[in-house]
Amino acid sequence: MLRYIGKRLLNYLVLLYVAVSLTWILAATQLNPRGLFALRQPPVPESTIDAQLSLYNLNDKVPLAERYWTWLVGVLQGNWGYSPLGVSVNDEISSRMWVSLRLLLIGTIIGIVVGVAIGAWTATRQYRISDRMLTFLSLLIISTPAFVIGHLTQIGATWFNNSTGTRTFEFIGESGDVGGYPLAWLVDRAQHLLLPTLVLIVLGAASMSRIQRNLMLDSLGADYVRTARAKGLPQRRAVMKHALRTALIPTGTYVAFSVATMFVGATFTERIFNFPGIGQYSIDTITYRDVNGVVAVTAFAGVCVLVGAVLSDILVAILDPRVRLQ
Amino acid sequence: MTIENQVKQRRTQAGQTVLSVSDLHVTFPSEGGLVRAVRGLSFDLAAGETLGIVGESGSGKSVTSLAVMGLHPSTTRISGSIKLHGQELLGQTDSEMSQIRGRDLAMVFQDPLSALTPVYTIGDQIVEAIQAHYDIGKAKAWNRAVELLDLVGIPDPKTRVRSFPFEFSGGMRQRVMIAMAIANDPDVIIADEPTTALDVTIQAQVLEVLKTAQRETGAAVIMITHDLGVVANMSDRVIVMYAGRPVEAGSVDDIFYRPRMPYTIGLLGTVPRLDEANRGALPVLEGNPPTVVDLPAGCPFVPRCPIATEECSSVEPVLTDAGDPNHWVACHHLDEIKAKGLDHSVLFPAPELAERELAEIPRGERPVVLELRDLKRHFPLMKGAIYRRQIGTVYAVDGIDLDLRESETLGLVGESGCGKSTTLLEILNLGRPTTGTITVLGKDTSRLGRAERKKLRRDLQVVFQDPMASLDPRMPVFDIIAEPMSVHGYSKSEIEIRVRELLELVGLEPGHAERYPQHFSGGQRQRIGIARALSLEPKVMVLDEPVSALDVSIQAGVINLLEDLQGKLGLAYLFVAHDLAVIRHIADRVAVMYLGKIVEIGDVDEVYNDPKHPYTQALLSAIPIPDPKTERTRQRIVLSGDLPGPADPPSGCKFRTRCFRYATLGEGDRARCRDEVPQLTVHGADHRAACHFAD
Amino acid sequence: MSTNVSPVLTEEVSANPVKRLNRGRLTFRRFLRNKTAVVGAAGILFLVLLAVVGPYMLYWRFDDIDPNAFLSPPDSAHLLGTTQAGRDVLALTARGLGKSLLIGFLVAILSTSISAMVGASAAYLGGWYERSMLWIIDLLLVVPSFFLIAIVSRSAPDGDTSWLLLVVLLAAFAWPLSARVVRSLTLSIREREYVLAAKFMGLGAFRIILRHILPNASSLLIIDATLGVGYAILSETGLSYFGFGVHAPDTSLGTLIGEGARMATTYPWVFLGPATVLVFLVLCVNAVGDGLRDALDPNSASGGQA
Repeated sequence: MLRYIGKRLLNYLVLLYVAVSLTWILAATQLNPRGLFALRQPPVPESTIDAQLSLYNLNDKVPLAERYWTWLVGVLQGNWGYSPLGVSVNDEISSRMWVSLRLLLIGTIIGIVVGVAIGAWTATRQYRISDRMLTFLSLLIISTPAFVIGHLTQIGATWFNNSTGTRTFEFIGESGDVGGYPLAWLVDRAQHLLLPTLVLIVLGAASMSRIQRNLMLDSLGADYVRTARAKGLPQRRAVMKHALRTALIPTGTYVAFSVATMFVGATFTERIFNFPGIGQYSIDTITYRDVNGVVAVTAFAGVCVLVGAVLSDILVAILDPRVRLQ
Repeated sequence: MTIENQVKQRRTQAGQTVLSVSDLHVTFPSEGGLVRAVRGLSFDLAAGETLGIVGESGSGKSVTSLAVMGLHPSTTRISGSIKLHGQELLGQTDSEMSQIRGRDLAMVFQDPLSALTPVYTIGDQIVEAIQAHYDIGKAKAWNRAVELLDLVGIPDPKTRVRSFPFEFSGGMRQRVMIAMAIANDPDVIIADEPTTALDVTIQAQVLEVLKTAQRETGAAVIMITHDLGVVANMSDRVIVMYAGRPVEAGSVDDIFYRPRMPYTIGLLGTVPRLDEANRGALPVLEGNPPTVVDLPAGCPFVPRCPIATEECSSVEPVLTDAGDPNHWVACHHLDEIKAKGLDHSVLFPAPELAERELAEIPRGERPVVLELRDLKRHFPLMKGAIYRRQIGTVYAVDGIDLDLRESETLGLVGESGCGKSTTLLEILNLGRPTTGTITVLGKDTSRLGRAERKKLRRDLQVVFQDPMASLDPRMPVFDIIAEPMSVHGYSKSEIEIRVRELLELVGLEPGHAERYPQHFSGGQRQRIGIARALSLEPKVMVLDEPVSALDVSIQAGVINLLEDLQGKLGLAYLFVAHDLAVIRHIADRVAVMYLGKIVEIGDVDEVYNDPKHPYTQALLSAIPIPDPKTERTRQRIVLSGDLPGPADPPSGCKFRTRCFRYATLGEGDRARCRDEVPQLTVHGADHRAACHFAD
Repeated sequence: MSTNVSPVLTEEVSANPVKRLNRGRLTFRRFLRNKTAVVGAAGILFLVLLAVVGPYMLYWRFDDIDPNAFLSPPDSAHLLGTTQAGRDVLALTARGLGKSLLIGFLVAILSTSISAMVGASAAYLGGWYERSMLWIIDLLLVVPSFFLIAIVSRSAPDGDTSWLLLVVLLAAFAWPLSARVVRSLTLSIREREYVLAAKFMGLGAFRIILRHILPNASSLLIIDATLGVGYAILSETGLSYFGFGVHAPDTSLGTLIGEGARMATTYPWVFLGPATVLVFLVLCVNAVGDGLRDALDPNSASGGQA
């Protein structure tokens, strides 16, 4: 067994290596860090630009293969390089990761739990009014881009703050003015987390509930649920114990992926609520022609996806005896 | 024997009515309109009795069982009365019905593979059934589960109780279902086609288990099936249903020996018999069972009935007393049928079929059209959904020899997993087998070039099992039949003419060419499939279970057609089937396969009348015959255990692990079975069997 | 022809006058029963009309500047208000809607075609071809596609046809997931008897895929294409929101929303107009997709009651 897990991991690593290398080539040829200095006033002399670009392995006058090699050697030593302005990519990623985690953990988890519950519940009430309403609501939410929802909550929050004359909702950054009372920092953080978390819960719950509802509908019609009813289990218990339990197996896959890719999945939310996390960073790296940053973000995202794949294998094996025992 | 016997008091003595259904109507909505699935069904079920409900698809038999259990969807409308011990079940709430289900009323479903929850152990599921009704401790319930598994013949129940469903074979899972059904000593067990999904030797086992279960619990059984043999084997009384109505009811002997309703008469007459040699063409019950949406007034059997009159088309007959005690028949012409003693030979005379001219020539002088020599096909056995890897080899076909001559039919029989389908695909692929040779019309298939292979395909065509699946639903019939011809370069005008000819040849109207497959009934679709196979004028036809997906009353027409075509066109058939009665009827020679090998081969009458291999003997004895008297007196050989996996076959004789003869042998003889692979030895003019102790 | 076989059967169809609905009509009927989907279809039609006819019917053109109205809230002159530059939000929205619709439909058609061909051929042909296709699919799924599109699109030269590059990029990254689904569906269709029958009558692989496999996967492909429209529109607007998608002077719903979002809390109308249209559009597309799924999928539980 171990050999096969090893083989699979090796395949993942090859996949990741190719993906990251291709991204490096794409970024190095497309982003043109030299352009950063083009509009500077007063103009920067070319030799200065060359020197600075060469320092960070970004000089397009150096052959591509040579730059690639330098980059690869650096990565193998654990150094993902620097931005054109000399900021360490390693530092950026390692600090921003925790910002993303703090922002996303609660929202993602609550979103999944609420989504699964709503999906399972509405499936048992198929075509009743409550099902129709919630199904429509989730359709509406998944049809609404994250950036629209984000700004809508901000508009709503501003209106609420203005009309109540309070500052109940805070939506810029991770923290703001901390009051002088005990645990004020915690309250402040919570205030800032409230809106983005709400957005994440709503988005997560909407998509999860659609998935879970379909899975549940499939398993509700299964023969074994009928068997359970024939044994004398009332509808409710047959559904909870047999249909839901089986319908949760594929859910494991989705959960694993959404938890693992959580770090890179919230670009819009981070941007709108101004949390300096990985998502925000990914946009900044493109805007500021940060080749090494772009590649590192891709690698980070790739690792997340692959961790998600491994996690989902494990989760499914835990949930499904057929996989576990065969 | 049980804990429950002390808890539960029998409310009914043997012979008293436990379940009483009267004037049951079941209606539910569908795309086409309201489906009136059951229209006025009444019966009383006495304790300990077995009632067989027989009918074809759409007759309303399965809907009845769900109605009695109260397991129909909420959109279904049910009226009439269902009384258990005099207590009305219709109108009970779900929680009230839940108290009754599984305790007083139990059910065994058709498909054991999907009927158990995959994520819980067998033990969990049985214990759940017990604890749903009785407040007993966990340890006690588990002991009871082990007891029950032992009762239904699961070997090593103490260990197996902790297994998951996927670790059990289909037959074993059906035993578990029966164990679950009898866990609380029910008064009524409803078995809905409990053996349809199983192989015949496993069916024989499961039917025995059901009988044991009934003996142990004293429950009444409702046996729902389309298989007349199973009815004859199991039932005391029988109800025949047609288009949602009971059309005849009576004791099992009344139904089988004194049928009075033309449908019953036809149904019994058209079935090929395992115990009778080919009597020529089969009687044909024309037409199809009606769909139960928008039924016209009158008797639904009118379009298929040879003696229907105007009265029949306007007034639907009700069940009336047919003279024998408790024999009821719904037919306006009951008196005429009784008085004249009308039977199937009068009502549904067999058609005349074309004679086989070549059959006059002795077999040895006719050319060989298909020859297999030591054919083997092995597959790597892969394991794991995620981490795929080879863990062994599947010996799907493991060295078979056979030859097929012009204008003859060779039946290839065996249970699922025996390798008959693989053999067939190997032949049809016209490729290179693992080892051995396939020779079609004198050409070794492993040496064919691309163009030669394509050319040879014209002479070798196939008819598949499922007539719905074998026709592309998105192509009209004309295109379906024309496709092989256009591939092989027929001109447009040729194709035009030929499609019409072919449609006529298989008994369809040329006007049907514009329609799509879904507009045809199963029997007609199979005819389209046959027309397509014939379009290239092949010399060899491979028939893969061509009638097993059809309703019983439709099969005879297709079998007759195949025989007729063979006479006219001089075709050679390789006929693969699991239904030994059909093979006996249609085949000249038969080959019996077990785990990738032929264990017995020869002239069909020689093999059926005097089977030499213990597996053939068991197989023939396992099949229930639609004749209650024969069934009552028959000694049945019930094989133990399941088919071993083809990846890990036993050494020596592959059948020895289930062989009843092996069990009686001395140690020296057993060693021979273990160590030496038996070869086919001659046992008659055209009869060979592969058993060391065949005599 | 033996006369005793045929007359029996020629009667079968005529003696059995059951109205069997054909597939298309059945699908249509089931679709019509789904009210949300019907409203969605009508909504799409309305939006297409707005995008096509709107620019000719509206008083303001999208690049007109009203010097009397900078950032003016909705009134009778400007139904949805004006932007900071004095442009009419309604006219801009109609223009952006057209671009977003065009991109959405093109991407969906393109990516569904790719996934159909790749998925079906991989499953049918198998072997090293299938393995390499699966590997490419995995590769494309590992990289964050949104991000890579942004990189290329950001540095693409501006111009009238730059949006076409966006279409190609979006399609190039949208197909892998559905190619996988098509592949697994083909794996089951491949084993169906009519495909085997076609193979045993001598039909070549390419013709089998085209004539037998893809038509029978059409339900999936139709659903995939429909939902693909929604996905493409969301991706396009997302990119444009960050400024990586449709470039100025051209505009799309995403560009407009991005622009309006900066002042969303103070001058909400610049944001709300295009945002409402976008949400309504995607909602309609998704509703139609759901309705088609219910109508086309024989396993759909909506049976007799939806």
